[in-house]
Amino acid sequence: MGRVKDILLRTVLNNKVVILFAILCIAAIYTAQNPLTFVASELFTRIGRNGFMVLALLIPVLAGMGLNFGIVIGAIAAQIAVFWTVYWGFEGSSGFLLCLLLSTPLAIFFGWLVGKLFNRMKGAEMIAGLILGYFADGLYQLFFLYIIGGIIPVSNPRLIISGGIGVKNTIDLTGNLKYSLDNISSGSMLTIACGAVILVTVVKIIAALAKREGIPKKTWLALAGALIMLGLVMLPPVSKLLSARRLLLLHGVLLALAAVIAKQAWLMINNRLIGRRKDYPLGPRFFLIALALAGVLLTCLKPAEEILMSVEIPIATYLCILGLYLFNAALLKTRLGQNMRTVGQSQTVAHAAGIDVNRTRIIAMIISTTLACWGQLIYLQNIGTFSTYGAHTQVGQYAIAALLVGGASVQKATAKQAVIGVILFHTLFIVAPQAGKELFNNAQLGEYFRVFVAYGVIAVSLAMHAWKTAMKPKKPLEA
Amino acid sequence: MFPWLRKVLANISLPHLIIVAFFLILLCSAAPLGLSIPSLISDTLRRWAMYGILVLAMVPAIQSGIGPNFGISLGIVGGLLGATISIEMGLTNPWAAVAVAMAIGGAIASVLGILYGLLLNRVKGSEMTVSTYVGFSVIAFMNIMWLSLPFSKGTLIWPLGGMGMRNNISLVDSFGHVFNNWFSFHLFGGEETGIFVPTGLIIVFLASCLLMGLFLRSKTGIAMSAAGENPAFTRAAGINVDKMRIIGTAISTALGAIGIIVYAQSYGFLQLYNAPLMMGFHCVAAILIGGASTKKATIANVLVGTFLFQGILAVALPVVNKILPESNLPDVIRIIISNGIILFALSKAKGGEVSG
Amino acid sequence: MQSQFLLHMKNISKEFFGNPVLKNVNFQVRPGEVHALVGENGAGKSTLMNILFGMPVIHSTGGFQGEIEINGQPVAFDSPHQALDYGIGMVHQEFMLIPEFTVTENIKVGREISQPSLLSRVFGKELETLDREKMAWDARIALEEIGLNIEEHTLVAGLPVGYKQFVEIAREIDKTGIKLLVFDEPSAVLTESEAEKLLNIMRHIARKNIGIILITHRLGEVMAYADSVSVLRDGELVMRAEIKDTNILEIAEKMIGRKIERFVDSAAGHHDSREIALSLRNFHVDMPGEMVRGIDLDIWQGEIFGIGGLAGQGKLGIANGIMGLYSSRGEAEIFGRKFNPNKLGAALANDIAFVSEDRRGVGLLLNQSIEHNLVFSAMHTRNEFLLDLKIVKLYHRSKGRKHALDMIKLLDIRCTGPRQKTGSLSGGNQQKVCLARALTLKPKILIVSEPTRGIDIGAKKLVLEYLVHLNRQLGMTIIIISSELVELRSLCQRIAIIAGGKVARILQPDAPDAEFGLAMSGG
Repeated sequence: MGRVKDILLRTVLNNKVVILFAILCIAAIYTAQNPLTFVASELFTRIGRNGFMVLALLIPVLAGMGLNFGIVIGAIAAQIAVFWTVYWGFEGSSGFLLCLLLSTPLAIFFGWLVGKLFNRMKGAEMIAGLILGYFADGLYQLFFLYIIGGIIPVSNPRLIISGGIGVKNTIDLTGNLKYSLDNISSGSMLTIACGAVILVTVVKIIAALAKREGIPKKTWLALAGALIMLGLVMLPPVSKLLSARRLLLLHGVLLALAAVIAKQAWLMINNRLIGRRKDYPLGPRFFLIALALAGVLLTCLKPAEEILMSVEIPIATYLCILGLYLFNAALLKTRLGQNMRTVGQSQTVAHAAGIDVNRTRIIAMIISTTLACWGQLIYLQNIGTFSTYGAHTQVGQYAIAALLVGGASVQKATAKQAVIGVILFHTLFIVAPQAGKELFNNAQLGEYFRVFVAYGVIAVSLAMHAWKTAMKPKKPLEA
Repeated sequence: MFPWLRKVLANISLPHLIIVAFFLILLCSAAPLGLSIPSLISDTLRRWAMYGILVLAMVPAIQSGIGPNFGISLGIVGGLLGATISIEMGLTNPWAAVAVAMAIGGAIASVLGILYGLLLNRVKGSEMTVSTYVGFSVIAFMNIMWLSLPFSKGTLIWPLGGMGMRNNISLVDSFGHVFNNWFSFHLFGGEETGIFVPTGLIIVFLASCLLMGLFLRSKTGIAMSAAGENPAFTRAAGINVDKMRIIGTAISTALGAIGIIVYAQSYGFLQLYNAPLMMGFHCVAAILIGGASTKKATIANVLVGTFLFQGILAVALPVVNKILPESNLPDVIRIIISNGIILFALSKAKGGEVSG
Repeated sequence: MQSQFLLHMKNISKEFFGNPVLKNVNFQVRPGEVHALVGENGAGKSTLMNILFGMPVIHSTGGFQGEIEINGQPVAFDSPHQALDYGIGMVHQEFMLIPEFTVTENIKVGREISQPSLLSRVFGKELETLDREKMAWDARIALEEIGLNIEEHTLVAGLPVGYKQFVEIAREIDKTGIKLLVFDEPSAVLTESEAEKLLNIMRHIARKNIGIILITHRLGEVMAYADSVSVLRDGELVMRAEIKDTNILEIAEKMIGRKIERFVDSAAGHHDSREIALSLRNFHVDMPGEMVRGIDLDIWQGEIFGIGGLAGQGKLGIANGIMGLYSSRGEAEIFGRKFNPNKLGAALANDIAFVSEDRRGVGLLLNQSIEHNLVFSAMHTRNEFLLDLKIVKLYHRSKGRKHALDMIKLLDIRCTGPRQKTGSLSGGNQQKVCLARALTLKPKILIVSEPTRGIDIGAKKLVLEYLVHLNRQLGMTIIIISSELVELRSLCQRIAIIAGGKVARILQPDAPDAEFGLAMSGG
């Protein structure tokens, strides 16, 4: 019994931030009395909108550069690309693609600059990133307000202030970029994926033929699989089924649960039957499968079903977030990821081990800035109005606050914490005004409260980190 | 031959040169554009003295070793509370009103400053990051407070069923312009053409600088500066470094309270809610422009820095308005200059510390 | 032709800014032997190793003279990484480990094994996937090689302190083709049994035909574990011998021995009164790197008392503990009065003044004038040089200026005037300022730590003579803490040698060299 209590206590202590905010969220939802379906649908919109950006923060933490307040600069790169794309009149998925093509090199360049700068300010990256964000915002305003139209001739009454100099406050993305990623159907994504696989395998085969080497069976299998898949997608009934742009949350949840079951089953089979490891524990696997099955049962409950049936999630966007989640995990398993971890833990050891510390840090910043840039593209195409001078200003603040609410700290942040953080932080964001209204008859109060939470959680987290760092050198007097 | 001149020249860096040159260019372009030079000078003078004390608040912070006090919002909030309480009390004599506001504001800020100093002593090495977010959090917290504090005076709260306090509170009935108008006069001309000299305001500012100068030469002030420059040395002389840092922080915070009241009486309004959010950044930028570093600041840095920073803004506004009417270019310039100079100072402070 | 030596450094000379630190040193290590390198601090051991590893500090100060051969092949390293390529490794004194990493990750840091992946084909080798199984396998082998039975997947943070160094050794062993391993004071931070285990592992490694250089000052270890020994003194090789041909007394004597010149004519003390000025009982100080682990000392009034010992043994901790700069335990009395050193400023209030060994870090406000530095302590502990206006106490400039001018004259501080910043003074003049500041306090006991470190000969002489003058003329009790044994032996009436945080011996200055040597090595 004592052990259970111990474990319970430790779990609570280790996750105190998350638990605190979970309680706060539940209380706020309860007082706000918003319909749950509304909260859920808002929440899933916001996860799609902001999740990518929060995940973009993880790599600098890994590399010991703290919370990257400099992601604002990635957002700026995205916004520059969005402006020109709209100006040139591109629309839909091709427009989105153009945004990607334009913004990525820009973001890489910016990230490189930021990395260079941070290498000159080791140990002060966070404050430097914060100030750098404001500084970049000033240059951005200068560019959008005076250089566009003032020096670069641009004339478009929809985008430019009536005087002919400077970009308008808001740019409507409806009809051009709005939902340009959200609306990509699963069918077209599958087609693209199959196309990519076919292309890669064909190149492989040609290369192998040119070198007069044997072609491995796996390559042929991949080619055949992709071709069959492509054929399947082309079939009218299937393509009709796959033309959906949004996925009902119910289906999404069921798919996810099915994936969990499949993975656990595969683990069991792989270890016990194929790997023939007798000591591989099956208990946890069965437990997770049971949990997933219970989840399936839960979806049949009336209130849960109601929520699940009322929310639709954009497939492509969620896949992008999932992709980034997997990318982060994959990066950790590479040489580069390990180098970043080493640099993050001790620059001295890294240097002695022959790792180029400065270069590794710059790469971390480039990746983070580029991801932030893509995150901002996702955000803008979903929200549908591009507030020229406001869209990027709070990006760093809110993404970082969300990450911290998820239980992350300055030195350690995981993808799981990012996801939990986004859910909790945005739940609070959705319900706070209404809760303020119900409690104090003032919606403004709730709005101020959520801003306070955003700043407060960052302040507390930074102070805790600094406190811990300052405490470290002190050791108890030895006996 | 002139060692002080060499010293001054050695301290001038490229960003400072750019800023001074920019200021001179602005000044030179003002006359051909047909702007009234006396009014520009009056404006510069007024802004110089009205922001001065807030910038002066950076001196004890930097000297005591906590670095540029981005968390000056804490003091500002204390000052705003003092001012609102003074208005709520309904004091009609402007001198009494401003005195009460300063007393209450200073007291609140000192208490907050001591607590803040205790916090900063626990986060040595990361004071700037922590203080920035403490500053932001305090403003956000006070936003909630401004909505819910039980003030009742008509000038303070929204009329007719609105909740909470106004964004801008007029000080006409209380201490508006009380210092500005004291013994004020026009130099070289009359009401329209002369240079307006807000004598009282300038005296208050310079007196504050003088007091700060005396403090820095006192036993405590010397110990505080030493604690900032070399904590190990100061400890070896038997001085409690943490206490000195708390003193520095508390004085800085209290000066923030006094500073915002002086600022508000000159502006004529009390600005609540998010108005003071970025004020800390401007104060830090001003003293850095004056040649201070994140480790060392003097009264001269305050005088010069505030003059340059506010001078640029005072001159840029009409100049830009002449060229590009109704633009917020001065605002953009301010953002770039203030954050650029802070970034520069940070890179100087940490530049040497490259490991690996 | 194969040379009989694995490493042969020939006629190595090195100067730092005109100061010779190594003079024609010849140094050889055979494969499969444990070769001890012994010498006092500053004898040139670390410079010799820096040259071997091609450290940047050597290149940036003008390189060195002489040749290095490995297996008879002349080599020249530009960086430590090149030395590694030749199979030369170093086990560091301070741990170069990452606590949050597993043992495997630490052993393989920077040398991970990886496999090509889809990403790496596009973006290059850096994105290859780690092969954790192979890495663990390699780590296992390296651990087994040194006979260490720990799980390769445990976190280093969870290991006992003594084991951490073994992980470092495993890392060096794991590097392919390691031929020569340098152990830099490996036993300094270990308990006795851990040290024994480590040294046994070292011998075990040597049996695989790997040459080992053991840098140490524990002569007992040298006798027990080394095959041969080189002794450096003042940058010169004074001895190279097989252990079986020598004995511990000879090594100790060679390490210390030099001609002693009495700085002052007579060692006869001024302390006829036999009154105890400062007394310490079971005194512990928690100063990282200079731990004091329980000492008893009585210092007579009017004597010049020396405290010596090697770096890291705790001699510096004593002074810093008395002054309250690091926390301490135990009893301390001044002239029979108990006082609590942990209370900051208590020692100052009890008429003890201190000149710190860390002149630039603790001793001076480098950005302030000589005048401010001189009056600072007295202003705060004695309320001197102040103008009391009742509400505030302001600095009395004219009093301070006068005092500064007096001191500048008295100690011959070479400066442009009392307004000059101390940061721009030479080391010797900075030391004079520190001394003058301590004297401004008019102390009864003066503790001077490393009085002559890094100052030129002229200033050195002046500082030491002035200390004697203070003692003889004013009867001031003086405690000198120094790594320079010669200096202590030329000045002091009694010298305590500190080893391992304890008083090893209290010796007369004219005691035999071997006794000093043995005391310093903890024997």
